[in-house]
Amino acid sequence: MWTLFQIEVYKIFRRPRTYIAFAAITGLIGIIQFGLKLDGEQYVEFMMRDITSSITIEGNILNGYQVCYIVLQVLLVHVPLLIALVAADMISGEANMGTLRLLLTKPISRDAFLVAKFMATMVYTLLLLIWLAILALFLNMLIFGTDDLFLLKSSYVVLLRENDIFWRYCGAFAFAALAMSTVAALGFLLSLFANNSIGPIVATMSIIVFLTILSTLNIPLFSYVKPYLFTTHMIGWKEFFDIKVNASNEALSGTIQHPMRIIQSALVLLAHIVLFLVVSIWVFRKKDILS
Amino acid sequence: MQPLVKITALTKQFGHLTAVDHLSFSVEPASVYGFLGQNGAGKSTTIRMLTGLIMPTSGEIEIFGLSLAKHKKEILQQIGAVIEKPDVYQYLSAYDNLQLFARLSGIRPTRISLMDQLAQVGLAERAKDKVAGFSQGMKQRLGIAIALVHQPQLIILDEPTNGLDPQGIADIRHLIIHLRTEMKKTVIVSSHLLSEIEQVATQLLIIHKGKKVKEGNASELFDPAKTVVQLSTERNDTAWAVLQNSVWQPYLERITPEGIILKVDRRQIPALHQSLVQLQIPLISLQPRHSLEDYFLQVTTPGYVDTLSN
Repeated sequence: MWTLFQIEVYKIFRRPRTYIAFAAITGLIGIIQFGLKLDGEQYVEFMMRDITSSITIEGNILNGYQVCYIVLQVLLVHVPLLIALVAADMISGEANMGTLRLLLTKPISRDAFLVAKFMATMVYTLLLLIWLAILALFLNMLIFGTDDLFLLKSSYVVLLRENDIFWRYCGAFAFAALAMSTVAALGFLLSLFANNSIGPIVATMSIIVFLTILSTLNIPLFSYVKPYLFTTHMIGWKEFFDIKVNASNEALSGTIQHPMRIIQSALVLLAHIVLFLVVSIWVFRKKDILS
Repeated sequence: MQPLVKITALTKQFGHLTAVDHLSFSVEPASVYGFLGQNGAGKSTTIRMLTGLIMPTSGEIEIFGLSLAKHKKEILQQIGAVIEKPDVYQYLSAYDNLQLFARLSGIRPTRISLMDQLAQVGLAERAKDKVAGFSQGMKQRLGIAIALVHQPQLIILDEPTNGLDPQGIADIRHLIIHLRTEMKKTVIVSSHLLSEIEQVATQLLIIHKGKKVKEGNASELFDPAKTVVQLSTERNDTAWAVLQNSVWQPYLERITPEGIILKVDRRQIPALHQSLVQLQIPLISLQPRHSLEDYFLQVTTPGYVDTLSN
């Protein structure tokens, strides 16, 4: 099993396709950093235009934490596509190349082979998120410095003190890794049903888009299924940036307003990952290799 | 002697299509078992079932005296296979591919032994080159090196000469003979080309529509008395008339737009050629029709020779 896992990780990182996602994230974050570095003041003015008349804000608003939040809001919508590029290719790509039949004539169990591939996909997903964290958090902290984080929510404003932010990002990235792993697990499952990777990649993205629309539509009929859709819970990372307040409406440092929501969302995502993996194993056990 | 491979009533259905239909055969150790059939006859499906790629609908596969369904891992440790095209990782080098599949086969060979394997198939000088730049023949040779890297007892080659040039075909033929005679390996080789199989196989099986048509050794199957010969002359109708008044009259089958069809003993062909010269028949070509299609139809379809004229 360990040998299989090593081989799968080795194969992932020897493929040129793998680096498309890393290059895309680097390019996108670079553009955002470039734009905000040159034109950041105007951006802040635009962002604050509705509240500057009622409150006065001092300090470095466009700091590394702020930029990281902007990056995450923009990028975490598109990262699933980059994840699907590799995850949805894991089995279908082997079938397309013809290597699947050669692999399965070797003395390895199908279950072990599939689990090794799944684990390697998770490693890829995790590394992609770590790369995102390095560029979006650490690099921005270096470029833009650190200060308090000022977040405008739909009906209120959140101000997080500088010493109360870093751990929230750690939690948010860990949660995002879980959400992206769910996407990876879905892409992985779909890759079992095709002999080329285009179909599973498109199918993965179509399902995510479809379910995201269902998750965001405020139609009562859909409210019954929303809690069970993994797309409803994929934005749970934002919960780390909501802080508890006391009776005097003072923020309580080191707290999260709805910790149970995070746990609940994490459990739903985890359940989906397990479900996708179990179905994948079940399908693969019975699959005739005709490619 | 206990057979190395024993197949009993093997059947595979894809929906309503029966690809393999109650097929039974056995393969002796240290033999080359030729598996013949036209495209779509069920050869690849059978071979995929032998290597565990496809689950049989019913029937039993025993290899090395063990049931494949129950002892797949142990059995596959002793099998090396190239199924259809020898597809490997294009983005890896020949050496890296061989090393990767060696590890999957449960061995950790040294660099020297891997290079030896590559040298045996003539790829040592291209060991570090990416496979993406390899010709079909080189890929085929690498596929064979991968199949042999863990020193298996049974080697399964499915259409190993597909896409190869004449030299490549000859190399594969020599390799198969070498594996049996020098290394005492058992080889199952499938093809739709009779001419290739007959030169290497000690035992042959012909299948059609998933069913066994005939099994035996080459000399039993290819009855030389049933060789169909087609000769072409400048004036086929005149030649036909001359031959009807000669000793070859009993062997004449039919005249066709392409030539004259005779059914003779293969050993009589030189004499036939000599007679044609003596009878002053201006010959353009004389060829035994020995394709699998002809032979196959000959053994399966009554009156097939008559159809050659249509």
